Amino acid sequence: MLTVVLIILPLLFALPLFAFRKEKLIKRVALVIALIEFGVAVAAFIQYKTSCHCQLLFSAHWFGSSGITLKFGMDGISLLLVMLTTLLVPVIILSSFRHSYKKPSAFYGLILVMEMALVGVFTAFDGLIFYIFWEMALIPAYFICAVWGGNDKIRITFKFFIYTFTGSLFMLVALIYVYFRTPLPHSFDLFALYNATLSPAGQTWVFLALFFAFAIKMPVFPFHTWQPDTYTGSPGPGTMLLSGIMLKMGIYGVIRLMIPLCREALQQFGTIAVILSVIGIVYASLIAIRQDDMKRLVAYSSIAHAGLMAAGVFILNIKALEGAVIQMISHGINIVGLFIMIEFIQERVNTRKISELGGIAIKAPRLAIFFMILLLGSIALPLTNGFIGEFLLLLGLFEYNIVFAVIAGLAMIFSAVYMLWMYQRTMLGKVNALTENITDLSVPETLALVPLVIMIFWIGIFPGMFLQTIDMDILKILFYSH
Amino acid sequence: MAPIISLSVLGVLVLFFGILKKKSLLLPLILAGLLITLILTIPEWNTFRSYYNDMLMADNYAVAFNTVMILSTLFIFSFAGHYYKSVERPLDDIYAIMIFALAGAVMMTSYGNLIILFLGIETLSIALYVLAGSHKEAITSNEATLKYFLMGSFISGFLLFGIALIYGSAHSFNLKEIAEFVSLHSGHLPPMFIAGLFLFIAGLSFKIAIVPFHFWAPDVYEGTPTLLTAFMASVVKTASIVALFRFFSIVFAGNREIWEPTLVILSILTILIGNLTGLYQPGLKRMLAYSSISHSGYMMLAVIAFSSRSANALLFYTLSYSIATILAFAILMLIRESKGNDFFTSMNGLAKKNPLEAFCLTIAMLSLTGIPPLAGFMAKFFLFAAAVEQGYTGLVIIAILGSAISAVYYFKPIIAMYFKEGEEIQLKAGRLFKIIIGTLTLLILAIGLFPFLFSGLI
Repeated sequence: MLTVVLIILPLLFALPLFAFRKEKLIKRVALVIALIEFGVAVAAFIQYKTSCHCQLLFSAHWFGSSGITLKFGMDGISLLLVMLTTLLVPVIILSSFRHSYKKPSAFYGLILVMEMALVGVFTAFDGLIFYIFWEMALIPAYFICAVWGGNDKIRITFKFFIYTFTGSLFMLVALIYVYFRTPLPHSFDLFALYNATLSPAGQTWVFLALFFAFAIKMPVFPFHTWQPDTYTGSPGPGTMLLSGIMLKMGIYGVIRLMIPLCREALQQFGTIAVILSVIGIVYASLIAIRQDDMKRLVAYSSIAHAGLMAAGVFILNIKALEGAVIQMISHGINIVGLFIMIEFIQERVNTRKISELGGIAIKAPRLAIFFMILLLGSIALPLTNGFIGEFLLLLGLFEYNIVFAVIAGLAMIFSAVYMLWMYQRTMLGKVNALTENITDLSVPETLALVPLVIMIFWIGIFPGMFLQTIDMDILKILFYSH
Repeated sequence: MAPIISLSVLGVLVLFFGILKKKSLLLPLILAGLLITLILTIPEWNTFRSYYNDMLMADNYAVAFNTVMILSTLFIFSFAGHYYKSVERPLDDIYAIMIFALAGAVMMTSYGNLIILFLGIETLSIALYVLAGSHKEAITSNEATLKYFLMGSFISGFLLFGIALIYGSAHSFNLKEIAEFVSLHSGHLPPMFIAGLFLFIAGLSFKIAIVPFHFWAPDVYEGTPTLLTAFMASVVKTASIVALFRFFSIVFAGNREIWEPTLVILSILTILIGNLTGLYQPGLKRMLAYSSISHSGYMMLAVIAFSSRSANALLFYTLSYSIATILAFAILMLIRESKGNDFFTSMNGLAKKNPLEAFCLTIAMLSLTGIPPLAGFMAKFFLFAAAVEQGYTGLVIIAILGSAISAVYYFKPIIAMYFKEGEEIQLKAGRLFKIIIGTLTLLILAIGLFPFLFSGLI
């Protein structure tokens, strides 16, 4: 039941929010709703017992005759992603308190609607319901980015929409195709889909369709072209939602659908997918080094990180898969933190250009410290969350193929290069006219960052608890037998 | 049978009230009459009665689609008061002709005999020729009616010739007897029959606006008064595609190889050309014309993959398509009324002053695109599922590419209304108008969220 509450709650409260007029009130109400949602998620976390079963199950007939059920539940992977979503949304809302958006009721309402759709994606255990929430997440994301975005927002967001919409339509065909190959009576229940008998050729087609859908969402090279523009052009909270949570939908989709449905095809063609991912890592890292816009730099770094996670899920290795799940959580936390920092800096000095900044650490030490911690998490320093995930991913990749592991490892070094170089040029150095009057973080801003920093160290120092949660589920997904 | 009688009586009554110059009574009378027709239609459910030696059949299939068409007409008439606000004369002629056209449409969905089909099509078409030109002062309306009439009467000849050839080889107009003839001669059907079949397909394709018989649609849609365009795009389309479906599902219950390649190619062409041309339209009305063409292509999937699943899918599809289209045309009426045209550029910034109208149009567009959880998504899902079940996965992939392309033009009005700056005008929607568009919007949401209420019926 808790799962359903998690899905309905944001929507239920978001609808009246659309009618509010006062900006301050809207922000506070939205934050309170998001915190309640987080509270419910924590309750679910406490109730959850580590085992290999899908728990907190809710199942109701939606469409009995066609075998579509409203089936929601959580296993460890879902649970962690739901925790991530419900943690990040209040943080994102809190971080936007200083900024004033036009039509705030719609803005915060859409964020909450999106939260609902995201939780729905991560908890749906019915193929079609999964798809419905998957698409539903796209609409609020599109409107958030298109209404409140920056220059050239119409073209950019539209490209984003068409790209992802096309990709997901292919997933729909694949789902329908598999549905008719499930044992009678046909059903969209995920476990029924897992049991479908696919011919090798059919499996290849399903693999291609799913790969197309998920590769666009993550994004994997060469389907990434929508991403840097969209991240740069979107309003801060929009970028955070896209990079922090929506990106994970793609990887989650691979774990939840692609691996169990087309394991043989993955073994056969997985190498190509891994090669694309690895190319993406190197390519995005190299471009990131040359960026002058901080938001664009982080956007490219996100492609690189997503590439590593993608490579990890495509190789069907238990360590890499665990690493990918942990890295999903860590990356969500780190990248949202980084985008929040960039947002804070931009609000203060009205620019994101690295070349125009400098010496912020002198004027705003607290800001600089938080920035440093988030950055270290992002470049995977030991004892931070990024290390656990990337280490496991590289370990898995090493078992799969040494060359790939070495190339991907190089990318980690690259990431240290561009991140630290960015830090050096913006935070350190001489104070200039722009950064002279910069103010340090305010209390709400600090409050928004503290949970992220806590999570960075928590995952970094005690990863065991998180790994335990997902252990059995990963095994089950990897070795699901018909 | 009941709906045909009731509609005919209603049409005559409307004319009679027109003579008495009771303008204010006309619309309430029509709405009441349509409601009564609806009430008379539903008891025919599960009776499977047939009339006059199987000339008309009141099977569930006919009842379901008649309900959809009568409902659509009801909604269209509910906008008539607003649309013809400034017209002084009673307009009984236009209303009566619309009702007669609906009677023709009902004949097209429930025919059991090709003669009745032809009668239905002609009743519908002749009414439409008049309606298309009903705005006598506008040159575009005159153009529309002339084009529609010339091409339509020409193609009616095709249809009639096709029916004659089919009769010539099967010695019957009765669908069941033709079906017997086909199953007897399966594999070696006489060339005359095949020629007749293709002429028949061509004739109906014209009415449905299937590529390459679609050239009339954009111009006729553009010139016809908007209220009547909504009627064309919803009721007429439903009636024609259902007529085609009925023919194939009864006559060819097993013989696919003769017609399958033709219909598959027509469907692919319709989806691709309809959607690709839709990209280049400057205005909402022409865009909706191409959208209706491409939706004909999707609906053809149901005909190609006929089964009980695809009949249900077609019912669901026509229902959700009709509602979304009528809603879009209703907003289009408002925009045309205030702006004088319907270019996307003149919709810029519309959402600021008219949040409800903009929201309704957005929902209509999203539903036509097929975004969950709206009705249009479930409709596409059922249709695609029906096609995949019969093994037409490749065709579904084409349809999906078409859907992706269509998103580009369906988003044009949304982008214009919400994201672009423009002259801020207030659309002149009355309270009743707002309630009706709100109802239609809720209906789209409700059908999407509770699809089980509307599917699996036939």
